[in-house]
Amino acid sequence: MKKTFFHFVLSTLLLMAANSLLACNNDSLKTTNASATPKPDADNAGLKLPAGFGALVVAGNVGEARHIAVTKEGDIYVKLASLKGGKGIYWLHPKSDGKVDEKNGFGSYTGTGMYVKDGYLYASSDEEVFRYKLDGGDKVIDPAKPEKIVTGLVVRHEHEAKAITLDNSGNVYVNVGAYSNSCQEKDRQKGSPGIKPCPILDSAGGIWQFKVDKLNQTYGTGVHYATGLRNVVGLDWNSDINSLFVMQHGRDQLHDLFPTMFDDKQSAELPAECMYQIHLGSNCGWPYIYYDELQHKKILAPEYGGDGKKTAGEDAQDPVVAFPGHLAPNGLLFYTGSMFPEKYQHGAFIAFHGSWNRAPEPQKGFFVAFVPFKDGKPSGDWEIFADGFSGLTQVDSPGDAKHRPCGLAQGPDGSLYVSDDQGGTIYRIMYSK
Amino acid sequence: MKKIIFSVVAISCFSLCIFAKQGDTPASIARGEKLYQTYCLTCHQKSGNGVPHMNPPLVKTSYVTGDKKKLITWVLKGSTENIPIDDKTYSNNMPAQNYLKDDQIADILTYVRNSFGNTASAIVPADVKAIRAVVVK
Repeated sequence: MKKTFFHFVLSTLLLMAANSLLACNNDSLKTTNASATPKPDADNAGLKLPAGFGALVVAGNVGEARHIAVTKEGDIYVKLASLKGGKGIYWLHPKSDGKVDEKNGFGSYTGTGMYVKDGYLYASSDEEVFRYKLDGGDKVIDPAKPEKIVTGLVVRHEHEAKAITLDNSGNVYVNVGAYSNSCQEKDRQKGSPGIKPCPILDSAGGIWQFKVDKLNQTYGTGVHYATGLRNVVGLDWNSDINSLFVMQHGRDQLHDLFPTMFDDKQSAELPAECMYQIHLGSNCGWPYIYYDELQHKKILAPEYGGDGKKTAGEDAQDPVVAFPGHLAPNGLLFYTGSMFPEKYQHGAFIAFHGSWNRAPEPQKGFFVAFVPFKDGKPSGDWEIFADGFSGLTQVDSPGDAKHRPCGLAQGPDGSLYVSDDQGGTIYRIMYSK
Repeated sequence: MKKIIFSVVAISCFSLCIFAKQGDTPASIARGEKLYQTYCLTCHQKSGNGVPHMNPPLVKTSYVTGDKKKLITWVLKGSTENIPIDDKTYSNNMPAQNYLKDDQIADILTYVRNSFGNTASAIVPADVKAIRAVVVK
């Protein structure tokens, strides 16, 4: 018995020594090792995930983390909605266990957009788009001197985030949200009619395309790529079919503004949060119509004479996916990795920030959803992929949620990263058989 | 009998009006709560906590518990500007609520100033009337 015990202790000690040697080795090879997949947290970072998936908290308290980008080394760039320590962008470096142990802040502006491609980091404020040249290790060479590639974008109080994504041909796509709910003469004012044509659409309520490598581009030098989009925060380029996809935040307050047409429950469900495939010249119909996911129809907006039943918008696109109302899609990512099972490959992940406009009904969202895709088209129904961010069984008000998903990014090993602008957590979701 | 009922109803209505005008605070708060649910709750939420970055909270906010004139003006005129509220800005526009009557605005504001942990003096219809005359043309 004593011998067995001795053997057990010895082998345990040997294992521990081997482990610590490995760990030392790992630390000395920081950059290459970051792509090795670490273990999930014991509680999967508090998330509910499908079988086989695990999650870890990469970093906590990073600030109001909007969009994120992960480099080929496994480092993370985060754009903040409010300055933290006087900085609006953070570079985070995780150790081999996946947890951040080194960080650097730069940029004195707030915003949403964050993207890494071909040796540059792209970042947006609410009026401009910048890019920073990266070195061979994907670190910003001169954090104080970004190139300003787009300037003078409209920011008038509402829907101010300028989310960005890039294609594979040297273009950046920028959302300019409409500074209005439904283009009424007086925004959100009961009884105020919709303006036709809506003057906001000349410089907002759409997507603009710019060159990644030209300085100081404006509306005049950019391309007005798509219109009739109220506000887009989640957008991504689908490289399978070389096309832009966006998630629109649908209009608010159907019941508040038209209580005789819509009750509280209808107003909580309607209109749909829509995913659109976007081409040059796309028109998605805002503000004249909204998409009713229960009737599966484009409905004339009541500010323009609608009654919740009359259809309209024959010239407007149909969504490719229609989600329930007000969930607030803030991140979209087409999965190009191979870590996740086949079902997830080529599919779309959507980070839903969670609603406020469902009150007095309970709020919804606060999860990451998944839509399977085949050949650039949805091939099945959407489902909840990662849930539990709010830490509550029922969310009455979004301020109560502990975390709110906002941005998505894919790591070099195929892990899915999720940012949270309420609790300041960066999550990493991984699959192991 | 009909006459008596009519008189009772008339007298009740009359006394209710008097009470409302005198600013009977508990009754005003009760009326204000119902009006809040109809006109304010979606944006400012049941808890009065608002929505981060979008709709300002009404809980222990200087605008709510401070100067009556400033608060009444905000409600009557609405706001489409990026004015900081206790050092934070909120992106959604606030529509002007000037379609509400003086007594309705007084009730709502008295409710808001005495709910969600707030304690502040009541606002009476005459306060609203005086400011409406100046700010709404």
